[in-house]
Amino acid sequence: MTKQQANWSPYDNNGGSCVAVAGADYCVVAADTRMSSGYNILTRDYSKICKLADKCVMASSGFQADVKALQKLLAARHLIYQHQHNKQMSCPAMAQLLSNTLYYKRFFPYYSFNVLGGLDSEGKGCVFTYDAVGSYEKVGYSSQGSGSTLIMPFLDNQLKSPSPLLLPALDAVTPLSESEAVDLVKTVFASATERDIYTGDKLEIVILNAEGIRREYMELRKD
Amino acid sequence: MEFKMAQAAAEVPPKGGFSFDLCRRNEMLSNKGVPPPSFRKTGTTIVGLIFQDGVILGADTRATEGPIVCDKNCEKIHYMAPNIYCCGAGTAADTKAVTDMVSSQLQLHRYHTGRESRVVTALTLLKYHLFNYQGYFQAALVLGGVDANGPHLHTIYPHGSTDTLPLATMGSGSLAAMAVFESKYHEGLTKAEGINLVCEAICSGIFNDLGIGSNVDVCVITKGHKEYLRNHQLPNPRTYVNSKGFSFPKKTEVLLTRVTPLEEKVEVIEGGDAMEE
Repeated sequence: MTKQQANWSPYDNNGGSCVAVAGADYCVVAADTRMSSGYNILTRDYSKICKLADKCVMASSGFQADVKALQKLLAARHLIYQHQHNKQMSCPAMAQLLSNTLYYKRFFPYYSFNVLGGLDSEGKGCVFTYDAVGSYEKVGYSSQGSGSTLIMPFLDNQLKSPSPLLLPALDAVTPLSESEAVDLVKTVFASATERDIYTGDKLEIVILNAEGIRREYMELRKD
Repeated sequence: MEFKMAQAAAEVPPKGGFSFDLCRRNEMLSNKGVPPPSFRKTGTTIVGLIFQDGVILGADTRATEGPIVCDKNCEKIHYMAPNIYCCGAGTAADTKAVTDMVSSQLQLHRYHTGRESRVVTALTLLKYHLFNYQGYFQAALVLGGVDANGPHLHTIYPHGSTDTLPLATMGSGSLAAMAVFESKYHEGLTKAEGINLVCEAICSGIFNDLGIGSNVDVCVITKGHKEYLRNHQLPNPRTYVNSKGFSFPKKTEVLLTRVTPLEEKVEVIEGGDAMEE
């Protein structure tokens, strides 16, 4: 007697890719704006990026209904924090909060693959990368989503420090300038769009630096 | 009696067709959670329509392996005879194999009869082959051509059934393409109108279905003449080309080289017999 399989799944994958790159005094967070289900496109203009705090932005791909619920929860928790502490949450604090929130639903997870990008209390860029149940790590750059298998090796090639056996380990943040990092992100998405069917339509780029938050858009292939 | 039967069973050569010996093993593996190997499919739109002078076939150029595009510019309109072309959707290997095979059979038939091939001949050869394999050959085809009896257009399904129609669409984008056809098709289209309509139908698949993309291929067949317009439309150029380019670090650094010669373990003895044949 074989085990009975469920004939309905509570999850769906809406596709898409996200990337974040940290610099010495900036952070770039980018995601495409296509939302799909199976072979169909649901919309070409859906933002996967959410501003959680003044210096903290999250991009999430996966099941967008779970992503929306997660964003609402984090916004509510942030508001409570502001009332209790009379200040905004810093990016490392938000990173820990997100990890705890995800692990809280360890046995019915949020189907959400997140990258958190922002500036820490010293103004230096930081990027945190997550899995679906809250395991996280501070890194210099990361990508998640359907195109991450295509994007990550290229970022490793261009941004990763050489072997720690040769030289002392370099700082996690990239030595690139802000415009070079934005240029890199645009190239990376144009390439991922060529080969991943779930990535495309439009690219939304959010840049955080000392002056504030800036948004840029770029067209991608629509096929 | 038993000995004879066992011998007879051992001597019978394997028959043609698929061998299903490994089905039970595959089922056992998938129950244990081992994913089956993926194969390359053409999540496709292929279309055909009959216009006043002949037949126009159209296809997109994307081949996918699951969610990844493995070929951005593949050819889905296959040659069958000088006056017959066939578009293929489904598993890329299957469509190529079946169209190549029938194309060879048609060539031999042309030598035998001394006449131009007819579309119904290609149709019958294809449908017999696909029916024999009971749908395991995942090839959905749109066959079109012009012969002594006029223009013909047929669709062939993987299980071997066929339809004869003035307009045909197959593949995952068939609904998107048929929607365009049904709203704009009328009898007596000119060549320019026909090519335009075919391109619009393929483009509706390209932009609205994720399994379809890249470029549009068109093939126009009329009495005594054919035009294969490879990449007739390229509506999807790359959106961002980095002006400076990227530098790639040379190679993996060598950290340590150590050579350890292995000791001889084999004794070589003189003499001995030569090897027997």
